[in-house]
Amino acid sequence: MILAVDTSLGTTVAVVDADGRTLAEASTPDPLGHAEVIGDLLAQVVRPGITHVVAGMGPGPFTGLRIGIAAARAFALGRGAPLIPIPSHFAIALDASADGPFAVVTDARRREIAVSVFDGVDADGIPALVRPTRLEKRGVELDEPVHETTELSAAALARVGARAIAAGRVLADAEPLYLRSPDVVQPGAPKRVSS
Amino acid sequence: MTGPLVLGIETSCDETGIGIVRGRQLLSNTIASSMDEHARYGGVVPEVAARAHLEALQPSIERALTEAGVTLDDLDAVAVTSGPGLAGALMVGVGAAKGLAVSLGKPLYAVNHLVGHIAADILTSDDRATAPLEYPTIALLVSGGHTSLLHVRDLTTDVELLGETVDDAAGEAFDKVARLLGLPYPGGPQIDIASADGDPRAIRFPRGLSKASDMAKHRYDFSFSGLKTAVARWVERAEAAGEQVPVADVAASFREAVIDVLVTKALAACEDRGVPRLLLGGGVIANRRLREVALERAAAAGVAVRIPPLSLCTDNGAMIAGLAAELIANGRGPSTLGFGADSTLPVTEIQVSPA
Ligand SMILES: [Zn+2]
Repeated sequence: MILAVDTSLGTTVAVVDADGRTLAEASTPDPLGHAEVIGDLLAQVVRPGITHVVAGMGPGPFTGLRIGIAAARAFALGRGAPLIPIPSHFAIALDASADGPFAVVTDARRREIAVSVFDGVDADGIPALVRPTRLEKRGVELDEPVHETTELSAAALARVGARAIAAGRVLADAEPLYLRSPDVVQPGAPKRVSS
Repeated sequence: MTGPLVLGIETSCDETGIGIVRGRQLLSNTIASSMDEHARYGGVVPEVAARAHLEALQPSIERALTEAGVTLDDLDAVAVTSGPGLAGALMVGVGAAKGLAVSLGKPLYAVNHLVGHIAADILTSDDRATAPLEYPTIALLVSGGHTSLLHVRDLTTDVELLGETVDDAAGEAFDKVARLLGLPYPGGPQIDIASADGDPRAIRFPRGLSKASDMAKHRYDFSFSGLKTAVARWVERAEAAGEQVPVADVAASFREAVIDVLVTKALAACEDRGVPRLLLGGGVIANRRLREVALERAAAAGVAVRIPPLSLCTDNGAMIAGLAAELIANGRGPSTLGFGADSTLPVTEIQVSPA
């Protein structure tokens, strides 16, 4: 039984069984307020028998994204369950029906979008990522048909996780898919205060 | 000694603090700091701090459990800082605390960081058996994030904010003046070293919000940005005149101005409120000169000073666990799960979203 948690867009949590059937799902599409809602959503789906915890690793606005990852890791720690990091776009790709390559697109703020190109599923039933996730200026012409969304399903994320576990594959690093460095500038010389 | 076994999570600034207490007994105080990562920016960068919290949380929790010799199943409750602090940093702790509490099916207490600093003083350990904190007390909390003067009548029910900084926190002022003098980050210890051979009376820098005309509105408030500007102006004037800047004297005089205004206002609060007790907390309490001046002038004023061990003065999870344990001991129920991070949480909100 797998619990999946994702806060890369709205806040979504779900529990699926080993066959990928959804046992419970709780979500809000609100792109803000992840910290406020994550506890109640988890409490709605939580049950005994969770063996794995899947965390959606983004891309997504950093502040919100981290809340789900922190919650998923802590939940896994509490149950002694392994944490399976999965890029959030895989959940969107699993639910998208397309022939041939298509681009999963989500908002990345600052007039940018996060783009991942998929083409069907591979032998393990996992969406086939054919171009690594990247940032693009909003409005740019993409080569592939665009599948843009502001929501994703934690149940789909859990199913990708189930297939990754079954195939013994690792789809993401332990760290979030930030795609951007923290934009801080190193201070120059102190500014003069005298005129 | 018995009491509820509580794990506290603190992520309001640049320290990831995990603490475990049993009642008032300290079992673990684990701190992972991202201070080094902020050094080249000359101050805490919120996004850098938040990333570091996410990385440090799980290993810190595991380390704290090992140190305390307990398991997660043993816990009676989980506690977390809801605010005040850096919003994005706080949210990492809030997310983790909720995930942990729901996973374990344990009650969760969301508490106030500043009141946590006061709770640090009630914790005891094998090498520290303190007399209980007496009420009421005035508390002066000084760090890189806050400078607050509180009137504490009861830790779990009655804390009043008397005053706070209207601009920079005292710790920030140390960082900024250190940079101005070409000293590295964090500024506090550097200013201390530089001050060693300096004359604290060499230059009379201004004491913020200390004029008679400020007293009506800002009797207990602090301001350090004017002081920082005064130091900058003094240094620029000396440089323009082709003089060598006497770094030791500037550092010592600046430090004395900060300390003077902190201690003067804290003791004024003690006198005005008729409270002969002063509790010091926050990372800047590490400053030896501040402790010296506070102890000396408090003794002259007949005020007893309490200072928790330094490891409990800087931001830490043990004080958060300790505050929650006190709430539990006083029969208070857990917080409901709908709370968030509140970067400006008022000190009167000791527990956030109680049921
Ligand atoms: Zn603090």
